[in-house]
Amino acid sequence: MGAQPLMRIENLVKHFHIRLGAFGERSATVHALDDVSFDILEGETLSLVGESGCGKSTTGFTLLNLHRATEGKVIYQGRNIVELDEKAMRPYRRQLQIVFQDPYSTLNPRMTIGEAVGEPILFHKLATKAELPERISTLLADVGLPPRFASRYPHELSGGQRQRVAIARALACQPKFIVCDEAISALDVSVQAQIINLLLDLQQKYGLTYLFIAHDLAVVRHISDRVGVMYLGRLAELATREELFEHPLHPYTKALLSAVPEADPVHERSRKRQILQGDVPSPLSPPSGCRFHTRCPIAMDICSKVVPEWREARPGHMVACHAVTEGLPG
Amino acid sequence: MMMANDFRPEPATNTGERLLDVKGLTIEIDTRRGPATVVDGIDLHVDKGETLGIVGESGCGKSLTMLSLMRLLPNKIKVTKGEANFAGRDLQKLSNAELRKVRGGEVGFIFQDPMTSLNPVMRIGQQLAEPLIYHRGMTKAQARKRAGELLRLVGIPGPDERLDAYPHELSGGMRQRVMIAIGLACNPQLLIADEPTTALDVTIQAQIVDLVKELRDKLGMSVVWITHDLALIAGLVDRINVLYAGTVVEDAPVDALFANPSHPYTQGLLASIPKLTDERSARLSSIGGTPPEPGRRPKGCPFAPRCPLVEQICRDRVPSLEGIGQAGAHRVACFVAQRKLEAA
Repeated sequence: MGAQPLMRIENLVKHFHIRLGAFGERSATVHALDDVSFDILEGETLSLVGESGCGKSTTGFTLLNLHRATEGKVIYQGRNIVELDEKAMRPYRRQLQIVFQDPYSTLNPRMTIGEAVGEPILFHKLATKAELPERISTLLADVGLPPRFASRYPHELSGGQRQRVAIARALACQPKFIVCDEAISALDVSVQAQIINLLLDLQQKYGLTYLFIAHDLAVVRHISDRVGVMYLGRLAELATREELFEHPLHPYTKALLSAVPEADPVHERSRKRQILQGDVPSPLSPPSGCRFHTRCPIAMDICSKVVPEWREARPGHMVACHAVTEGLPG
Repeated sequence: MMMANDFRPEPATNTGERLLDVKGLTIEIDTRRGPATVVDGIDLHVDKGETLGIVGESGCGKSLTMLSLMRLLPNKIKVTKGEANFAGRDLQKLSNAELRKVRGGEVGFIFQDPMTSLNPVMRIGQQLAEPLIYHRGMTKAQARKRAGELLRLVGIPGPDERLDAYPHELSGGMRQRVMIAIGLACNPQLLIADEPTTALDVTIQAQIVDLVKELRDKLGMSVVWITHDLALIAGLVDRINVLYAGTVVEDAPVDALFANPSHPYTQGLLASIPKLTDERSARLSSIGGTPPEPGRRPKGCPFAPRCPLVEQICRDRVPSLEGIGQAGAHRVACFVAQRKLEAA
């Protein structure tokens, strides 16, 4: 892929300070994101996968400057956008949009669909009041809803229809980049497929770039160009979807892939799963060295002491694992 | 390390003897506009030692059906017709006191969200001991000992110390293991698992599925696993019932269902799961539209408005579940599929 990076994320860190105890007498730091670096290429779908609490949503929020980064840079159009204040950020906000998981809580129940979709258009002065109804109809048509929906309220819509409205609202700003934060996770299987198809159609039509945050690996495998695997606030592996699903290198990726059920009873009954024991450790005090070493089936001495370097193991295939890097030259 | 495994010892295999037999069960919700049918004359059965998967999308009535058997429905939802025979008794006719003996005793439950199903201010040891004292008449000391054994059975590390923990001190996966331990406390003949892994991560989900599989084989009980995820139960169940808008639209042995899905809804569900072999960005086949709302069910086949194969008869009449293939083990409620088979 010869595409240019649309966004470059360098050593991004996000720590949350929280208070513990009944009276908040103790404080602690949640290591939500530590030293994460990757590029997002123009026009691609990059997916981030991992278990809850691995920092995939935090990544999405932080690179849109919705959470303030603790350290690190997000370079977009030559600017480090995470150091911008809200006012300086505004012109970028239009281009960088997000669609959330829960279509029930993202829409204002007292606003009609038309008002919800029209609001960002007026805010960013992308159309005059006279042009607005026309523009709203076009957007609704883009997401497969008839124009009469403009006068309806969110409670009159099904989950899939609401998610279409949320997408229309993101599209209203004519964005370049959309973070889809578990955007299809709350939907039923048959509706999920409709929304996936819609996202793919819109990407083609408008040349959109997606950061797709999800935990469903079957869906991720279907729509991604590249996939990043996160574990406890760090990237474990990042590669093209073929590389990652055919030749996973990191032991965590392998375990994750082996846990995904396939819709094939004969295969499922005979397959040997590599099941990870135990739970994900707390991000309040992540394990030293490689954060995966407490559950890793091939952990070595060095893994508990030294943080593995984020390196290219094969062309375009990044991984952070001592066992993998050991086998590499240099 | 636990391994998913193909081996099933004899005791857990299907004996062909009915354990649960639900006939014509109808459930209605009281709405402001009058009663609305959510489960429409459903028939289903579970044999001894059998694992049945119930699959359907939200609102299809899969959870309500199982909850109704144990009289766990909320106030405004009522069973209006039908019977449910369990081990020779009609559950609908039992008194509340009699049913209480079945609930948690002969029939164990695991729910989706262990955080809301567990009592947050009770130590898990007490919660495990409760059914043992109630159903089995154990003393507190006996129950505590058994509770420790149960935690060990479901693979909780340091089980005896964990007895004194509160639910919030455990992770989601561990809480679900505690729920399973409670469900199994009285050696039930039937375990009903209502989306027990939906709230869990994929690696933990795999642990729980394998755990239930292992325990089922060890204890020889029947299992009903309710889910919306066909792939998840592919390697776990013997038979699948696909539910749509409160009726069973297809009933088939698991291999037959995946190899030869016969109802257009089942076909649509299977086709909308992304496959390994798909091209990147290939369009997924999807089912247009949404399921009917309760109270707005179409007159004929409930799937007719979304069905790609719909004919006039489908809009006029409701198809019944008829056997196709040998011995009627594979049944489908679809005029088009039934006719296709007759012609062949």
